[in-house]
Amino acid sequence: MAQIFHRSANLIARFSVLALVVLANLALAGVLVVARSPYITNERVSRVQPVQFSHKHHVGDDGIDCRYCHNSVETSAYAGIPPTKTCMNCHSVLFNNAPYLEPVRESYRSDQSIEWVKVHRLADYVYFNHSIHINKGIGCSTCHGSVDEMPLIFQASPLNMQWCLDCHRDPAKNVRPKDQVFNMEWKAPANQEEIGKKLVAEYKIRTVNELTSCSTCHR
Amino acid sequence: MLDLSSLTDDMNDQPNENKLRILPVSQAGDAAQGHDHHEHDDHEEAQVEREHRLDLAAVREKLREKSGKQYWRTLEELADDPHFEDLLHREFPRHASEWDDAVDRRDFLKLMGASLALAGMAGCGRPDIDHIVPYVKQPDGLILGRPNFYATAMPFGAATVGVLVESHEGRPTKIEGNPDHPSSLGATSALVQASILNLYDPDRSQTVQQAGEIRSWSAFLDAAHDLATNVKATNGAGFGILSGATTSPTLTAQIQNLLKLYPEAKWYQWEPAAGDGAREGAMLAFGRNVNTVYEVSKANVIVSLDSDFLASGPGHIAYAKQFSRRRRLNGPSDTMNRLYVVEPTPSVTGSSADHRLPLRSSDVELFARALAGKLGIGSGATLSGEAANWVDIVAKDLQNERGASLVVAGEYQPAAVHALAHAINAALGNVGKTLYYTEPIAGDAGNLDAIRNLCVEMDHGKVDLLLILGGNPVYNAPHDFDFVNKLKRVSTAIHLSPYFDETSAYCQWHVAESHFLETWSDARAHDGTASIVQPLISPLYYTRSAHDLIAAFSDKPGMPAYDAVRAYWTDASSHLPSSIDVGWRKWLNDGVIPGTKAAPINAELKFNASSLPAVQSAPADQIEFIFRPDPNVYDGRFANNGWLQELPRPVTKLTWDNAALISPKLAQQRDFAHKVQSRGGEHGQVRVPLVDIELNQSKVTAAVWTLPGQAENTVVLPLGYGRMRAGYTGTDKGFNAYVVRTSNALWAATGGKMTATGDSYPLACTQYHFNMEGRQILSNATLSEYQKNPNFAHEHDETPPKEDSLYKAFAYPGYAWGMAIDLTKCNGCNACVVACQSENNIPVVGKDQVMRGREMHWIRIDRYYTHTESATSGKTTGDPSEYNPTLDNPPTFFQPVPCQQCENAPCEQVCPVGATVHSAEGLNDMVYNRCIGTRYCSNNCPYKVRRFNFLRFQDWDTPQLKLMRNPEVTVRSRGVMEKCTYCVQRINNVRIDAEKQNRTIRDGEIVTACESACPSEAIVFGNANDPNSQVAKLKAQQRNYSILGELNSRPRTTYLAAVRNPNPELEKA
Amino acid sequence: MSVTQPPLNSPDIRRLDPVLEPGHTYASVTDKIAAVVLTRPLGIGWLAGFTLTFTIVMVLFISIAWLVIKGVGIWGINIPIGWGFAIVNFVWWIGIGHAGTLISAILFLLNQKWRTSINRFAEAMTLFAVACAGLFPLIHTGRPWMAYYMFPYPSTMGIWPQFRSPLIWDVFAVSTYGTVSLLFWFVGLLPDLATLRDRAKSRYQQVIYGILSMGWRNSARHWHRYQSAYLLLAGLATPLVLSVHTVVSFDFAVAIVPGWHTTIFPPYFVAGAIYSGFAMVLTLAIPLRKAYGLEDFITMRHLDNMAKVMLATGLIVAYGYFIEFFMAFYSGNKFDVFLAEQRLHGPYSHFYYALILCNILTPQLLWFEKVRRNVLALFLMSLVINTGMWLERFVIVVISLTRDFMPSAWGRYSPTFWDYSTFIGTLGLFVMLIFLFVRGLPAIAIAEMRELVHESHEKGQK
Repeated sequence: MAQIFHRSANLIARFSVLALVVLANLALAGVLVVARSPYITNERVSRVQPVQFSHKHHVGDDGIDCRYCHNSVETSAYAGIPPTKTCMNCHSVLFNNAPYLEPVRESYRSDQSIEWVKVHRLADYVYFNHSIHINKGIGCSTCHGSVDEMPLIFQASPLNMQWCLDCHRDPAKNVRPKDQVFNMEWKAPANQEEIGKKLVAEYKIRTVNELTSCSTCHR
Repeated sequence: MLDLSSLTDDMNDQPNENKLRILPVSQAGDAAQGHDHHEHDDHEEAQVEREHRLDLAAVREKLREKSGKQYWRTLEELADDPHFEDLLHREFPRHASEWDDAVDRRDFLKLMGASLALAGMAGCGRPDIDHIVPYVKQPDGLILGRPNFYATAMPFGAATVGVLVESHEGRPTKIEGNPDHPSSLGATSALVQASILNLYDPDRSQTVQQAGEIRSWSAFLDAAHDLATNVKATNGAGFGILSGATTSPTLTAQIQNLLKLYPEAKWYQWEPAAGDGAREGAMLAFGRNVNTVYEVSKANVIVSLDSDFLASGPGHIAYAKQFSRRRRLNGPSDTMNRLYVVEPTPSVTGSSADHRLPLRSSDVELFARALAGKLGIGSGATLSGEAANWVDIVAKDLQNERGASLVVAGEYQPAAVHALAHAINAALGNVGKTLYYTEPIAGDAGNLDAIRNLCVEMDHGKVDLLLILGGNPVYNAPHDFDFVNKLKRVSTAIHLSPYFDETSAYCQWHVAESHFLETWSDARAHDGTASIVQPLISPLYYTRSAHDLIAAFSDKPGMPAYDAVRAYWTDASSHLPSSIDVGWRKWLNDGVIPGTKAAPINAELKFNASSLPAVQSAPADQIEFIFRPDPNVYDGRFANNGWLQELPRPVTKLTWDNAALISPKLAQQRDFAHKVQSRGGEHGQVRVPLVDIELNQSKVTAAVWTLPGQAENTVVLPLGYGRMRAGYTGTDKGFNAYVVRTSNALWAATGGKMTATGDSYPLACTQYHFNMEGRQILSNATLSEYQKNPNFAHEHDETPPKEDSLYKAFAYPGYAWGMAIDLTKCNGCNACVVACQSENNIPVVGKDQVMRGREMHWIRIDRYYTHTESATSGKTTGDPSEYNPTLDNPPTFFQPVPCQQCENAPCEQVCPVGATVHSAEGLNDMVYNRCIGTRYCSNNCPYKVRRFNFLRFQDWDTPQLKLMRNPEVTVRSRGVMEKCTYCVQRINNVRIDAEKQNRTIRDGEIVTACESACPSEAIVFGNANDPNSQVAKLKAQQRNYSILGELNSRPRTTYLAAVRNPNPELEKA
Repeated sequence: MSVTQPPLNSPDIRRLDPVLEPGHTYASVTDKIAAVVLTRPLGIGWLAGFTLTFTIVMVLFISIAWLVIKGVGIWGINIPIGWGFAIVNFVWWIGIGHAGTLISAILFLLNQKWRTSINRFAEAMTLFAVACAGLFPLIHTGRPWMAYYMFPYPSTMGIWPQFRSPLIWDVFAVSTYGTVSLLFWFVGLLPDLATLRDRAKSRYQQVIYGILSMGWRNSARHWHRYQSAYLLLAGLATPLVLSVHTVVSFDFAVAIVPGWHTTIFPPYFVAGAIYSGFAMVLTLAIPLRKAYGLEDFITMRHLDNMAKVMLATGLIVAYGYFIEFFMAFYSGNKFDVFLAEQRLHGPYSHFYYALILCNILTPQLLWFEKVRRNVLALFLMSLVINTGMWLERFVIVVISLTRDFMPSAWGRYSPTFWDYSTFIGTLGLFVMLIFLFVRGLPAIAIAEMRELVHESHEKGQK
């Protein structure tokens, strides 16, 4: 009786058994990698905005303090997006007929809001509070990166739960002196660990146990 | 779905306008800014209306260019738009079937201040790109993400409750009590809590209509002008105004002023659920009408003659507070007041009384006479059975407490009872001590006579123009008056109403009425104190207030309510400590106007009890039918409020229906059995017989419900149901008792027949089994027992030592949140349940789902009858329809049950994904976004306080409801478990503020929703680790115990055993 | 050539029925079994049965689709009864899934020859039952699309499942059991697949069986490895048989619900599982041997033995019931006592009495050889016992939840249309798979039967 398979089939069979195992694992690994990639986290993705607003220019070059525009960052959960009025405070005088500022003037004239495209999107069930972080010595740049070097703002951190927990499980590595909170240049010193520990104690930052309770961020 | 964004614009698009009208209360900070607004306010208010129109036009213009669904642009277009129709009969709550998991809780923060995005997004789900839409000019005093609180007042017939309203970016989201307001003292009631849902009710009427055609307000003003000139010609003859009871000085003044303009015009007042007894009783006793204010806290012995003064009527919230403060026990040595209640059917007051005597409504007068007789007033009367024994002892008890006792007559009792009550109080020297009299607060128009006269006038065709300010007479006027047909003879009837209801259908004009959170007005508390009602938000729709409507016919047509109120108080303030210009901001800020409290008057008794005609008590064998407003939907005005419909009635635990309440004995005679359906069972569905009730030449078919403690041969017919045009939620629910209610027997009727139809009807009852089965659940004792054995609560306590656990105990170095609920104080009034629903975005599930045992309330109030085991027939089954003598008048206790926040939580150990976990401060955190819905935790929860979203209960589509939600709490979708978290959002916000100030949280700084609503101060929340905190002190009491302690679950929510203060003499009798 | 029948004179053989009816040669055995798969035409019975069950499977799919669209609220579950039919069915199916591996593994290790002709489809049955069972824990969750949270994987949330929860133990227990059973079954199939490959006429049959048989060449080396692998897997599977249902019983035993919180559960669940497993094997074996004339291979000896096993496990289960009551009253725990009373007098008492009738009283008939040897009686009894075991799970899961600690929260349960359609759907799925199996694979292990032939011949020579 004729052979059903060519003799090479043996090899194929053996190989395919092996391949099955390998591929399965690769696939799984792949999923885990993608879940952490900018494709999912939107890290380093800048969006087209109605106005080509440059943080680099305003913060880096002009040295405007974050709080001039994001003025509820110390008092409220939301840092606050400036109303058109805030823009016009300066731009009614400066570049007051620059074409690229037309949308701003239009908004002011027509009493019609500018629709910015959201860049930092936290999941809706996360109740992040800016003010407490600012008040406990977590700097803007710790999460938002060096905004002063971003012509168009983008998300500098993955903003996924793992990333949040990294800090909540060991705040010491990120806490900085309160007077440095709004400093974009601040870099962690070599002895950050010990300084951090001191500051954690000084600022009465809650225990890791408390910081990692679910209800700290989820309600 | 109709896109309402264009309607909500005028709120969102010009926030500065509605901010203009409101002032932050001190705790929301920054009175100064309020001031600026206010300056602004005065001179611009007049133009607001005009600007308003312009803006809407502008907005529609903008909307036109925008992409996204739009249905109409002009009123005309709206008029003939089908979508408007389906808005009018909008489904609510909607269980959409799409599976949808994107919990988009903060839609509105994303859309803050802008309507256009909403116009685009209303239809679609969560977009992959979010927009941030900031203000153009951010209103001062507004910090995004921080709510402001504003003081206002809720007018409610003759009652008014001062409230503080929480506002998120211009959206009122939650109502709290106003501590400075005499009728609130910081607490609220279920109705007040639920009133915010009426504001966002999608079924509300939204425009002016003429014979079903949409009209603009200006069109109405023109029409009004013509009508006005016509009646002016006749000097106002044929001009009638029908309103409900009102305590608004401004409105009263406006109407009086109108009556001056039209001397022949008449003003009628009709409140279907308000009795004339009090007024007539006063006339009888003093020859004049007076308003009675009780000082419940000063009374050691209180006798209620069928009065539910703890749960209904003007000032009931304050009375409940005062009452419970006299029942605060810190130890066995403390004393309590004592409450006797004589009533035909168990009320909240009766259920929490120390002694309760079921008497038929008509026998209450007999009892009053007998009691008076014992105290030497009048000729007395002879009672039979238990009552006879009662009278002697009660009389003696009152005698011992002269000047410190109080007799309260029920609102639905006839004049004689009220007069006798006045006489008794006078004889006991209570007047000026435990009660005092003032001038009437809500006018003294005769209720029934008014509507009678109106009907006569209409019948004779003497009424050409009738203004109906609120109310729904076609539905609730006495049946024999045949209001509908008489109304038809009125050439022009104008109906102001929040809904297009039964009455609107018969009126030529319908004017949509503004909610009290949308309009300026004023109102007076039960003691006369006046408050300014200020709007939290500019009207969501084209609605008007009674002030606007009256103004339309006055010499100042188009005068805004704001001006009217200002005008009145400018004059009135001349008698006040501070002039309006000085005081106005403070009045708004505090929510009360100082110096307006009504002064006590001394009304001397001109009353001879012996002159009373003989009592006509109904023959004992005859059934007495009595009418009572439903505890939840009241006279029917809350019929379309889903929260109240689904709220279990305090005593019966029925939802979504009313039922004719009968006594167990009557049920046994007629052999009316309940049948528990296995779908839902004791926690859901009970089938009951249907009966035909023939009364006063009219007939209605009703479901009957057996209620322990009901007086024999008494049948209660709750009002407010059987609505024909209430809206999606309220229409065709229950039966309409008004159909058999006639003017000669408004409150009690005999000579009726009740016959079984042979059919049955399913009722949704959330707790059918009343028996504790001898378990350690609700511990109670009498005061004397408590004094003998202060530790009674732990008699059968088998709580094992803390160490007896496989898992190592948690350490709580920081805060340890705990709650103590004093069962001595709780009277089961339900305020906490609705407060929780409002605070935590809890959905309404509908009758069908409740009947499947799936209602969502995070806190429920269990009702138990005690001493029911010792019955002659042995143990009761816990089923009221199985007759047992002990059910004739069983002691009733209430127990609020939120999540117990166990330290050894059974739920935590079984959750496979760690969606419910222990927090460092001892909360059982519930993480909705982690939950996959195995329901294992609920099975393993001994207290069954967990609630599961079996279907998509939350309404994701109705835009108004998005406005209402609390942005601090996740809106749960289908398939996740949810439960009480001690209002963790409030804990976190307070904690964050405290930490920013590097201090610890003060005791009482965090107030949970249920705690702040509770009129009896029965719920106390705080840090159990701090020995000086109020909660820790309560937990230290011997009365403190935990439910089912033997399970070693170590609940953080513990209970203080209920102690009642019965009269020893009556005990042994 | 004619077959010479060996004289049966040895006493032990006279007393017991043979595990293989005499008169078979290697060829005849192979022919008879392989024919079912290869040559025998699709009978009208098979077609009818398959069509019917296939329709039912469609009903199952519709039910699941609707479930995903609307939510678990389409079932009768509520608060307090959070688990209804879904979990009842899960436990029931898992129980049924026990017999197969027990027969193949444990009886193999105990060197019970009579297992040979039934182990193959018993194992198949096991796999299909486990498949049906595995469905329920997934679809009974409120958000099945999130069920992957239950697996321990390095998530971007930086958290893990909650290993204290018995449901997590289930995930491991059931999946392991499923995998090992599958391997065991497949390894056992290898020689037969080769046989089919060699006897197959059509090309595509050859290819398919060829691939499946993975190049089996019947060489001594193959056989040697085969034997050791099979033995190894048998050893591996044996503890699993006991562990799976033990873990499943933890779902209840670990909870505090009265009626669940019992130490007797593990042994009594395992016994119950074997009980229902054997019942199901009978339910399948009896029609099968009839339909395909396999009476020679599945002899009275088998039926008799299985009946005995059922009797034994049935008694263990009865003991379990007794202990539940005894412990309730002996401990004096008021909740357990109350529950015991509820079972006898509560709103669901009729279920409990039905359960006693099905699981304890009826099986007592098995004491009589007459009954054990009456095929019809056995078949009916197997059905009764399957029903009984389903009722047992209903009593445990549902009735315990209806009236637990807080009288104020007591409720009741009544299944909806979708509860039934899902349950019946899985029954359909199960039977449909069986139908496919008997036509696609040798329902009886050919190779092992050949050994039997060999042995019975030897017996003959003695």
